[in-house]
Amino acid sequence: MTKSSTAMTRRSMLKTGAALAATSAVPTGWAIAQAKPLKVGLMLPYSGTFAKLGENITFAIEQLIAEKGGKLGGREIQIVKLDDESKPENAPQNADRLVKRDAVDVLIGTVHSGVQMGIHKVVSESGTLTIVPNAGNVAVTRNLCVKNVFRTSFTNWQPAYGMGLAAAKKGLKKGVWVTWDYAAGAESGAGFKEGFEKGGGEVLPNLVLPFPQTNFQPLLAQIPGLGVDVVGSFFAGGGAVQFVKEYAAAGLKTPLCGSGFLTEGTLEAQGAAAEGIETALHYGDGLDNAKNTAFRKAFKDKAGREADVYAVQGYDAAQLLAIGLEAVQGKIEDEANLYKAMRAAKIDSPRGSISISPSQEVTQNIYLRKAEGGLNKVIGIAAENLADPGTGCKLT
Amino acid sequence: MDFPGLLAQLLNGVQYGLLLFLISSGLTLIFGVMGIINLAHGSLFMIGAYLAFLVARQWGTVWLALPAAVVGGILLGLLLERGLFRHFYARDHLDQVLLTFALILLFEEGRSLMVGNDFYSVPVPALFDFSVPITSGFSYSAYRFTVIGICLALAVLLFVWIERTKMGAIIRAAAEKPEMVDVLGIDARGVYMAVFALGTTLALVAGVLAAPLYSVYPNMGDGFLIISFVVVVIGGLGSVSGAFWSALVIGLVDTLGKAYVPKVAGLAVYVLMAAVLLWRPSGLFGQQRT
Repeated sequence: MTKSSTAMTRRSMLKTGAALAATSAVPTGWAIAQAKPLKVGLMLPYSGTFAKLGENITFAIEQLIAEKGGKLGGREIQIVKLDDESKPENAPQNADRLVKRDAVDVLIGTVHSGVQMGIHKVVSESGTLTIVPNAGNVAVTRNLCVKNVFRTSFTNWQPAYGMGLAAAKKGLKKGVWVTWDYAAGAESGAGFKEGFEKGGGEVLPNLVLPFPQTNFQPLLAQIPGLGVDVVGSFFAGGGAVQFVKEYAAAGLKTPLCGSGFLTEGTLEAQGAAAEGIETALHYGDGLDNAKNTAFRKAFKDKAGREADVYAVQGYDAAQLLAIGLEAVQGKIEDEANLYKAMRAAKIDSPRGSISISPSQEVTQNIYLRKAEGGLNKVIGIAAENLADPGTGCKLT
Repeated sequence: MDFPGLLAQLLNGVQYGLLLFLISSGLTLIFGVMGIINLAHGSLFMIGAYLAFLVARQWGTVWLALPAAVVGGILLGLLLERGLFRHFYARDHLDQVLLTFALILLFEEGRSLMVGNDFYSVPVPALFDFSVPITSGFSYSAYRFTVIGICLALAVLLFVWIERTKMGAIIRAAAEKPEMVDVLGIDARGVYMAVFALGTTLALVAGVLAAPLYSVYPNMGDGFLIISFVVVVIGGLGSVSGAFWSALVIGLVDTLGKAYVPKVAGLAVYVLMAAVLLWRPSGLFGQQRT
């Protein structure tokens, strides 16, 4: 009894002391903002298939913060990392943990589209400022758009639309899109169709197979009979490697093109089969601008490997956050001015200058690239300053 | 419908069907002789495919995986039969199904711990990494022709073994009338072990051959298991020749369906199965039981 009452006293003593200390440290609101570091939650994959993507995004974010002297808008940045494992089933719970338990001021995430939907549900309710550094599912900045969610990567529609435009520009008249039967496949297919038809071409219904199957033969064998001038496609990772190799092995004469992910990070495995394939993406090898050169060098010094499109997207997520925080001097609770500044942001990105579209998506150049000697060399611009249509999004 | 395209699709169908035969022949024998419905048979196929992936990653070519699959398949089959299945022959089907379902979970979890949950493509062996032009606009991969060849050779070996050897005669007898084996005073345990080892080996070999064609990914055995059950049911439970013809039919129906009527392709083989069951309830080659 005696012991516990002593403890009680000691605890209340401490409380009083803490309260006093707190009171004395609170002269003005401005000083609070200065004193407390801003918590940035990184919800990204640090294990599994997409681990390298998550790491590159993280390196690039840390790189930008370091370039700014460790502070954004005058505030210290405290980073909280959470491995989302690319598991959609755990996504709402994980996002909730960052938002509620860790009480992050900003959430940056993620790579996997399914996980993104989980994050989106949580932050749509909590109102936490969120920046998407990769996942390209259109819904996030279309019918489900909210004022606190921005994206610095792409929509699945964008690169495919650019590819469609570029293919039509070459005078190709009839095309078909080959992909997996899932959201990203359908969204990219719609982009290709829109771009190709805008340029006067005609697109047949998509050839699809269930995700993530790779029994491409029944689809490939149909291609000679379709009488198309061009085959476009969206596959990624191991599926892209297999598809490009089987396409080459089938000896098809129709040129193959696609969303940039068809040859992104896979060229080594695809070898000669990928040589000459044209793809469209918002980044590529050999982009000649000072920002890109400096960024790639700094990234390599820090990460010990070459930067890629994911690193660029992460870097720009941090750049966008910096622009917003600088406009409100670190006062993140000044939402109106924060969002206003972010919406008006003009970002000097390694991919070229980009801006934020009305649906809070990136307006950017989609580059036409050609696979040559293990690089996706930029050979032109497929679509200049392309914004996602943001259909169904009403943000003002 | 263009003719060269049809030719390519027919080849695809035959190749897919022959691969299904390798999987379903083991499934049908194990059911016919021991009466066990081995749900874990798809996992054995998966193990073969990941074996090919690991061997290719380590040594750069999948060929070494073939002898490894044969030796490993025999050992794994013997181990499973002696350690587990032998104790379940007398139990009812529910216990057996639970056992084999538990094996699926164990194998998949083991795969997840050892290799992770990633999707990997497996390189085609360099020797067959070229294409044979079959029409002016379409070439067919030499490796696929090789797979067709290997599957046909294995099918012939299997027929000779079942139809021309004493062991084969005992297996046929055991599959048709299990009590006959006991009556004749033959030690059924040896037969069971041989059948189990054979079935396991065929599934692993099928996995190795399939890996460069279909890549490897978690739960890849499930789809193949379900379609193999369809093959076994259509062919007639316990009948190897039934499994052969029905695998070819399923391979062709599925492939041509995917190519020419993709909207209903997923259903086609099941409609076919229902039709066959209505017409011949014991399958095409099954013993008509009354």
